[in-house]
Amino acid sequence: MVKTDRGKLKLYIGYAAGVGKTYKMLEDAQALINQGVDVVIGYFEPHGRQATIEKTAGLEIIPRAKVPYRGSVFEEMDTDAILARGPQLCLVDEFAHTNVPGSSRTKRWEDIEILQDAGIDVLTTMNIQHLESLNDQVRQITGIHVRETIPDWVAQQADEVVIIDLSPRALLHRLERGVIYDREKVERALQNFFRESTLAALRELALRETAHEIEHRVINDEADLAPKATGQKQIRNHKILLLVTADPNTAMLIRRAKRVGDFLEAECFAVAVNISGDLNRIMPQDREAIERHLNFARNMRIETQILEGNEAAQTLMDFAHENHITQIFLARTRRRSYSLFGQGGLLKNIVRLARDMQVVIVSERELTTE
Amino acid sequence: MNRKRRRKTPDELLHEMQPEDTGMKGHLKIFLGYASGVGKSFRMLDEARRRKERGQDVVVGAVQPKVSPEVQKLLDMLDVVPLRKHSAGMAMDIKNIIRRHPAICIIDGLAFNNPPGLRNQTRWQDAQELVNSGIKVIGSINIQYVEELRQQVEDITGKHVTESVPVSFLKSADEIEIVDAPPAEPIERLPEQQTKPEVRQQQLSVLRELALVLAADVVDSQLNDYLEKHGIKQSFGAQERILVCITPRANAREMIETARMIAERFHAEMTVAYVKQAELSLEDQAALEEKLALARSAKAQIAILDGEDVLDAILDFANSHAITQLFIGHTQSIRKWPWSDPVEKLIRRSHGMDLRIFPQ
Repeated sequence: MVKTDRGKLKLYIGYAAGVGKTYKMLEDAQALINQGVDVVIGYFEPHGRQATIEKTAGLEIIPRAKVPYRGSVFEEMDTDAILARGPQLCLVDEFAHTNVPGSSRTKRWEDIEILQDAGIDVLTTMNIQHLESLNDQVRQITGIHVRETIPDWVAQQADEVVIIDLSPRALLHRLERGVIYDREKVERALQNFFRESTLAALRELALRETAHEIEHRVINDEADLAPKATGQKQIRNHKILLLVTADPNTAMLIRRAKRVGDFLEAECFAVAVNISGDLNRIMPQDREAIERHLNFARNMRIETQILEGNEAAQTLMDFAHENHITQIFLARTRRRSYSLFGQGGLLKNIVRLARDMQVVIVSERELTTE
Repeated sequence: MNRKRRRKTPDELLHEMQPEDTGMKGHLKIFLGYASGVGKSFRMLDEARRRKERGQDVVVGAVQPKVSPEVQKLLDMLDVVPLRKHSAGMAMDIKNIIRRHPAICIIDGLAFNNPPGLRNQTRWQDAQELVNSGIKVIGSINIQYVEELRQQVEDITGKHVTESVPVSFLKSADEIEIVDAPPAEPIERLPEQQTKPEVRQQQLSVLRELALVLAADVVDSQLNDYLEKHGIKQSFGAQERILVCITPRANAREMIETARMIAERFHAEMTVAYVKQAELSLEDQAALEEKLALARSAKAQIAILDGEDVLDAILDFANSHAITQLFIGHTQSIRKWPWSDPVEKLIRRSHGMDLRIFPQ
């Protein structure tokens, strides 16, 4: 369990730049200062937004650390300085940020964990498109492959989540009034990301995700409050097994299986199958891809294993039976042909052998935007 | 085939269709909250203040009987059209507002009932009338007054309310925004039952979840209207939609039960579909009826599909209804495997969705 003196984390979720996450965070900070809380700003990204900058009035800002990298100097949050200052509460913008190489930690969320470990409460902000398990859906909506992501389990550790909502219409007006970006950037933004239908879909995603985050906490709290209660929220224990291969769609499969697993409160396992005596036939780049995918699964907090066997489908099924798996997740391959000997054959064999469990075949979401 | 058309439908069209603040067409914006005290009134009146500062003609048509000092401060900066006294009580003075014809009218508490004898029984109907007369209305509502959610909320809070606003009114809004705050913050809360703080916290969290899902549903239906209006055939997948395909002989119980559970968790829509077959034996007909009844009791929508080719019929429906999860049964007994297996064909042809295969 979490130590009681660990700092609490509050996450402000939005669906796009400019909806007012940072503004609301600063507004809350001002209210807390009035209540006598010792607040500092650990990292603040002004983006030149005047109304937001005004909200920092009277707030102590911890100067950023300078990190040299390849002949330039970058600025990052100075976690050590914040720890030395030891405030009760610290504001940190952009939860999903990746630190410049050479920083003490790779990700900002890791810095935030350090602050919480030291008993400091943290307020932070994030846009929905940075949530790892939504990566493919966000790409489907926006056409953009977001690279800076937050693993779902990290976001789930926030003690509180709150959505900052704004209608796309109002957001577009802000954009057109130049509140969010300067003039040149506005044109580009309007053509790409800031289209009303794109924004509406992202917003829907953010609303549903926040609802899920709240439900997740309710279920956990219910378990704490009344461990024996058998409410309607309780479901049969599902266990999900997913097959890791070298196919590029495996990353999508991992995200989707994990997402479904989270919603069903189901455990997830990821396995790759090595065919005995067949090691030399795996191309080095394929082996590398499998390693990368297994590693990605572990980062998503999925248990992984490499199985040895004579035949992939049977080996997978044996593992599934031993581990009481109820659902197997497979990726539909990107390859066009489904030869009997290729992956098409493997999918079919697994479907044929799965007499007592469900098989879910995940296929790529088509891009809806140019 | 839709490509050209797709490209020709920029969002500017939407702007052209619904110009804001031109005074030509009324406009409805709703702030939705999950409990009183989350700050709906404040957000709404703060927007009114900002608009007034930008030179727009704003009046306040109705406010809550009791307001917080912060809200009062905002009200002091705005023009308020007082409620009108009628023999049986007070109501918003819409005649006066229409005569005054501001660009924007703020209406708090859309669910209020008007005193008997007035043309409109409720305040939201008054609001509608103002919108129809070309005024932009900004209003607020608490989810406990949403007709379709009333029972659910009452089950949670134990509080019965008589006023209500239908979801269709919320969906008719041009804009809807949710005012969210973690449960620690709302000021007035659930009734004075002797609930433990943790339990009350839980109840508020459930209300919050309901409000967020309602807002998401409204956003989804508006998005779909927009896409439909512009002939755009695309799916964003933000809303999970499950299609369960059954046959008279399918082991439908597990499929429907799994779908129900997933639908509940994902707040997904669920449809159970059956592709019509030319001749069904009486026995099969009865089996099918039983399965459809099961589907209805799981609150699924039912779709009876027509088509010469079963797979075509299923996939056409799935693609045109933005299905994200397709459920099918699979018999291992087919001996013609693997060449003519329908499941294999479905694997090959179902793009952009999860295919969940149930052993039969």
